[in-house]
Amino acid sequence: MGHDEYQVHEAKILTPSFIVLLTLTLIGFALIALRFIKGIGAVSNMSDGYPWGIWITYDVATGTAIACGGYAMAILIYIRNRMHYHPMIRSAILTSMFGYGLAGFSVMVDVGRPWNAYNFFVPSKWQVNSAMFEVAVCVMAYTTVLIMEFLPAILTTLEKTEWKTLQHMLDLIYGRLGMERPERIGDRLDKVKELAAWARPRLDKVLIFIIVLGITLPTMHQSSLGSLLLIASTKLHPLWHTGFLPLLFLINCMYIGYSIAILESVISCYAFKRPFETKELSGLARIIPFLTVIWLCVVIGDLAWRGQLGKALSFDFYSCFFLLEFCLIASGSLILFSKRRRESIRWLFSSAALIVLGGALYRFNVYLIGFNPGKGWHYFPSLAELMITVGIVAFEILGYQVLVKILPVLPKLHTRDQHTAAHPMGEKA
Amino acid sequence: MGKPSRRQFLKIMGATGAALLAGKQAKANEGHKINNETIGMLYDATKCVGCKACMSACKRVNGDYGSLSYERAKFDTDGLWDAPEDLSGSTRTLIKLFKQSEQEWSYVKYSCMHCQKPSCVSVCPVAAMTRDPETGIVDYNKNTCIGCRYCQVACAFNIPKFQWDRALPQIVKCDLCKNTNLPKKGISACAEVCPAGAIMFGKRKDLLEEAEKRLRENPGKYINHIYGANELGGTNHIYLASMQFNKLGLPTLKDAAPAEFSEKIQHTIYKGFIAPVALYSTLCFIALKNMKKHGGEEGGHDTNTDKGGHH
Repeated sequence: MGHDEYQVHEAKILTPSFIVLLTLTLIGFALIALRFIKGIGAVSNMSDGYPWGIWITYDVATGTAIACGGYAMAILIYIRNRMHYHPMIRSAILTSMFGYGLAGFSVMVDVGRPWNAYNFFVPSKWQVNSAMFEVAVCVMAYTTVLIMEFLPAILTTLEKTEWKTLQHMLDLIYGRLGMERPERIGDRLDKVKELAAWARPRLDKVLIFIIVLGITLPTMHQSSLGSLLLIASTKLHPLWHTGFLPLLFLINCMYIGYSIAILESVISCYAFKRPFETKELSGLARIIPFLTVIWLCVVIGDLAWRGQLGKALSFDFYSCFFLLEFCLIASGSLILFSKRRRESIRWLFSSAALIVLGGALYRFNVYLIGFNPGKGWHYFPSLAELMITVGIVAFEILGYQVLVKILPVLPKLHTRDQHTAAHPMGEKA
Repeated sequence: MGKPSRRQFLKIMGATGAALLAGKQAKANEGHKINNETIGMLYDATKCVGCKACMSACKRVNGDYGSLSYERAKFDTDGLWDAPEDLSGSTRTLIKLFKQSEQEWSYVKYSCMHCQKPSCVSVCPVAAMTRDPETGIVDYNKNTCIGCRYCQVACAFNIPKFQWDRALPQIVKCDLCKNTNLPKKGISACAEVCPAGAIMFGKRKDLLEEAEKRLRENPGKYINHIYGANELGGTNHIYLASMQFNKLGLPTLKDAAPAEFSEKIQHTIYKGFIAPVALYSTLCFIALKNMKKHGGEEGGHDTNTDKGGHH
């Protein structure tokens, strides 16, 4: 489980998908600029009845669950001691880092007075009754932790780099200016290399404590994301408003996490033309049904206990969304119970997609669809509001695409082949 | 047992105190205690003539405070007419008319209810929403607020409003003229100007007493219910009306304060921060043990050769 498990994906950066994603990102960011100039009302359909729209529902509540791949993988590898999944962790952490970083960023777009956000660091302003305080502090801490967890990939690269592109560019710039490139730049670049070489083994020594912190924090704030809606007892439909919200959100983020790790691996192997990681994925897939079954049992048990089962089957607007969410998760899990299907990339992909969809729909149901502030209020996201979200997601994918091509993130191909053999740890001598 | 020691004495006193407190709380709903010494308003819908003087006074007094401006109707560019449709980022109180038929109608006044256990205060992550324990006024501080709008999600009455059309927005709600009319004249502006005596300003216990008296003395005139006496753990803005309150746009609510429910769960999970610390240490223990199994490495650098040896 050293740094030799990973490799840089050697490929061109400027691909057609890069251009498309860049365009979407730029549109999104232009609209964000508009939001800061003209106010939130100018770009969004949010209202005093629906103060939280698609930004909070998707970018934050659902996005962080989708970014739980790193969390789910860390539990599997370090706590359940399945070290042979270790080669998959870096790409999981990278996506988590993007997911969380950009969730934090969209919160700053969403809140009305972001310049006051420093109050989260002022102890006299701390309001420990607020689930949101807990979420905010944990998310900020976890984003920092994710960056530290990802740091080894950056440090190894810094250590080994010859700065060829940078030197080339500098030569070009100084050439244009008609000057010689000063010596001290080279010295400084060497200093960076030395610093990276000094820092990396030291970071490695404490990394496990950071990783464990990276497991504790999501456990805390993912459940608190559920707690956020506990207060809305008069507005959230009884199908979803329950004291079990924190527990349901916690389990929900775990099965989404594993499912997204599967999706990510399949998609990136397909896109980067690498062999599929079938063996690892079918192993991952075995865990998911256990989690979803617990989740479904809590949901049904809780509904029965609160006497709301009739509402779930009444086939009205709310019931339909509830049943859709339920069926998506249940059917995805059902597929994964079969060993034969778990070993087929197609089935793995479709079941993971069903579970991610269902799990995400659950969060949409809690935050938006099941939320009813009273007569006269309606909400459907505006085009600009959607485009900002699309822009942020595009930026996430763009960043992932670029970073795997310049940093050692993806599992090394030859070690992977050995991992698929009976020997779980692989021998790389 | 001889003379009780100092420690025992304190213990006994503590236990008695706790028991007394518990006994008192048991009477109130869900363990939270209503404080009737705080101030509020009694709005009697049967007395209101719908002149909207209260709205006008509210805007006049609070217009500058907190950088509010008068709301202007879209057709009225000259500002001769102020006709807000609803409470908003520039309107803290509003009179509406509900018409059941030509003969049966009622005015109703909307504004912050100043809950005894306010959801907005409970959920605000940076304590920008506060409740003054002495006066019971639920106040907002724009200098702390981050604009997350969780207070809007939490409020069952949909009272806090946000300035959606501004680059530098804030939350707007009634603060009982805490910084304007109240310190100057000892009464909120709306209550001060009401020509029909529909708004009574004062201590909650006096308001309740007066409301009960009116109900007693005018049988048949009112719906036999003081809205806000117990709703959501009690509010300081209470109502009397001749029509069903839900028809007047006041939601039908349980007596329990939602904040009691949510805080109980949140505090159970995070009590004394024991659970997170326990979780972290347990996970550390397991993870370190697992790392040792794989070559005694903590961060996992250059373990490849070790591992080769192990297997």
